[in-house]
Amino acid sequence: MVVERRHRIELRVAALGYLAVLLMIPVGLVFYRTFEHGIGAVIDSVSTPAAVSAFWLTIEAAAIAVTANAVFGVATALVLVRTTLPGRRLLNALIDLPFAVSPVVIGLALVALYGRTGWFGPWLTDHGVRILFSVPGIVLATVFVSLPFVVREVAPVLREIGDDQEQAASTLGATGWQAFWRITLPAIRWGLAYGIVLSVARAIGEFGAVSFVSGKIAGETQTLTILVEQRYTNFDVAGAYAASAVLALIALTTLLAMTTLSKRRTLS
Amino acid sequence: MSGAALVLGRRPTRRAARRGALPLGISTLWLSLIVLLPLAALVSRSLDGGLDQFWSAVTSRQALSALRFTLAVSVLVAAVNAVAGLLIAWVLVRDGFRGKAFVNALIDLPFALPTIVAGLTLLALYGNKSPVGIHLAATQASVALALLFVTLPFVIRSVQPVLLELDSEMEEAATSLGATPGATFRRIILPNVAPALLSGAALAFARAVGEFGSVVLISGNIPFQTQVTSVYVSKQIESDNPIGASAVSVVLLAVSLGVLLGIRGIESWGSRRGR
Amino acid sequence: MITVQDVTKSFGNFKALDDVSLEVEDGSLTALLGPSGSGKSTLLRIIAGLEMPDAGEVVVGGRLATHLPARKRDIGFVFQHYAAFKHMTVFENVAFGMRIRKRPKDEVTGRVDELLELVGLGGLAGRRPSQLSGGQRQRMALARALAVQPRVLLLDEPFGALDSGVRADLRAWLRRLHDEIHVTTVLVTHDQEEAMEVADRLVVLNEGRIEQEGTPRELYEAPANDFVMGFLGPVSHVGGHLVRPHDLILSDHPAEGAEEAMVGRVLHLGFEVRVELTLHGGEEVTAQITRAEADGLELSPGDIVWVRDPATAGAVAAPPASA
Repeated sequence: MVVERRHRIELRVAALGYLAVLLMIPVGLVFYRTFEHGIGAVIDSVSTPAAVSAFWLTIEAAAIAVTANAVFGVATALVLVRTTLPGRRLLNALIDLPFAVSPVVIGLALVALYGRTGWFGPWLTDHGVRILFSVPGIVLATVFVSLPFVVREVAPVLREIGDDQEQAASTLGATGWQAFWRITLPAIRWGLAYGIVLSVARAIGEFGAVSFVSGKIAGETQTLTILVEQRYTNFDVAGAYAASAVLALIALTTLLAMTTLSKRRTLS
Repeated sequence: MSGAALVLGRRPTRRAARRGALPLGISTLWLSLIVLLPLAALVSRSLDGGLDQFWSAVTSRQALSALRFTLAVSVLVAAVNAVAGLLIAWVLVRDGFRGKAFVNALIDLPFALPTIVAGLTLLALYGNKSPVGIHLAATQASVALALLFVTLPFVIRSVQPVLLELDSEMEEAATSLGATPGATFRRIILPNVAPALLSGAALAFARAVGEFGSVVLISGNIPFQTQVTSVYVSKQIESDNPIGASAVSVVLLAVSLGVLLGIRGIESWGSRRGR
Repeated sequence: MITVQDVTKSFGNFKALDDVSLEVEDGSLTALLGPSGSGKSTLLRIIAGLEMPDAGEVVVGGRLATHLPARKRDIGFVFQHYAAFKHMTVFENVAFGMRIRKRPKDEVTGRVDELLELVGLGGLAGRRPSQLSGGQRQRMALARALAVQPRVLLLDEPFGALDSGVRADLRAWLRRLHDEIHVTTVLVTHDQEEAMEVADRLVVLNEGRIEQEGTPRELYEAPANDFVMGFLGPVSHVGGHLVRPHDLILSDHPAEGAEEAMVGRVLHLGFEVRVELTLHGGEEVTAQITRAEADGLELSPGDIVWVRDPATAGAVAAPPASA
């Protein structure tokens, strides 16, 4: 009975009003504008060769990045929570970097490392390996930005459940690997799933970093996000909306997955 | 996003510690290769022309103007988020209405939506073809708007768990002792929520400073007016000025690192105050 | 001093209080006693103003308070889980009410120090609640509630979260405090021993209604119904009515109105001895006798004794026609 009833309504209206103006109305409008001219036009727009190739490139880069980061994430979470090795604290602090660093910084950093005049540049040229303006570069940028998510979701779960179960397994004769597969992994599965969903969203949605390293070559190194930008700056507004709608649908699916998994990870 | 400071847990067994050496090695290697090495290369490149060139690139009129604008609008956005975010978190935790779960899920949309799409979304409503007649494209306000969109979840998601855990009996105790709702808010709720509020706002600030995708289309990139640092950097790349671009990027990087350290400080201050 | 008139309160479909009326005398210490879900906490919170009744009136400190919010009722409230202000020191916690009322600094310091001494926390003023034990936190909560000199002190299962040793100490301490300060106090508890030890008057609640009120002795010796009797002390359920185990008389030879029974277990509980008996009809009955009596009878499992309830004219066993 701390906040009286009439104030409650005012606060609610203010909060919802802010969200409507900033979030809900704009998103609703984009969907409306996209399908304004009928769904046929939209489907045509997203089935052009450039669009299809962009879609698959996005999926490919995200798949590689998320898988790699999931493995890294679980390993790192185990290190952070279950060991007392030195260097742990530093590792912990550095993992947050991709959260705070600007996409353009990431893109430029990758160019500084893998570009023609970068640190690895000469070696790469000599061996005919192309990182930038090619798929590997996009993958690297995607891995960078989606790095922390699995670690940050799995580590608290690991910490909360404690290592009692693994100790029990060990007394029953299980090796480290067996304990991991049969005990640890099932115990963290919801946190892991949630972290993977967040990584996927971040990977698919990345724009700034990949746009710097990709060269934006249509049909080859354009991701869906780059496609959106390209279409807009080339005055194909409807095309940009159509590609955006695909991304927005993926985002909404992600949101749904997040909401469903979110309850599970706190209940376990 | 859970606070990194709370992750490191209790002491495990010696056997576990030895077993951990290999994963630690792999993790560190991965992190270095993917994150640290490129950043180091960037810093190195920015100094390719010596400290003089670095300094003159960073202090050029346009770069400084962009930086000033970026910092100012990011601080503004962080402040607005602190207030609006606290309000929204409060309503989500303490109030009950039909559709609340839906609204709660929607808060994460800026996390899930690609930044370029976010920019397009705002353009649709507030740009040149606005159906409600609000034309904000290529104004400083448009930058603020885009940044408010992408930073929306930070404060809310940071404050929500704290509000949830906050002992409602503390508030009842305060009111039984004669405190008005305003006094209860100021003396009881706010102090307990402050660390989470501040770290959420700091994260929003860090995100806003570096934001690119949502701003690049809507802001119009007018130098000395609506140009943010990240867009300035991309323009420098296009103008074939890699050292200058790298130098300014390093400034952005330094700001990010500074904020991360600040957040760490806030979190340890928060846990020291006692739970 | 406190009057509750025909108060009803429901939470959704659950009726917590059903037409409850009560009067609490000035300066008394009244205990609201009952099992979980009986409505006792709800009643307390309605008196406090932390809940509003659906129907009925509440008068607190001589003022009609039914729809007055808690902060205007001049009450002190102590919570089961202390509700300590975690982010403030012990001093600041106790000073809170006075700071809200903008009392001058000297007055605040003086009163807080005085109260901390009174509750035995002198010297701990600079600590945080997290650095105190449960018992200390609750004493701080009491000092905090008393700091603003409330007309009424309300305590919601104040010792429920504490260890039994601490609970017993604080119970006695609360009674002594009340004898010194004489604030009208209402205490909610599910522990009948606590209620009987501490309170001047007991009010027994069950399923949202008041079963009986009176002094502890009145309720124990003349319970209005089986529920009150069973709640306030051990009972043996014998032939359709309730008997106190220590009222039963055992003898090793047949007696007028006594019933034959076989001894089951004999439990020596310090001063008293509890004897588990099985009657002819298979009913199990517990009798409680002194050690001296037990020694006299020399009971062991399997013995046959005769059991008599002196309160009832007839025998202990059930009448033949009972269901």
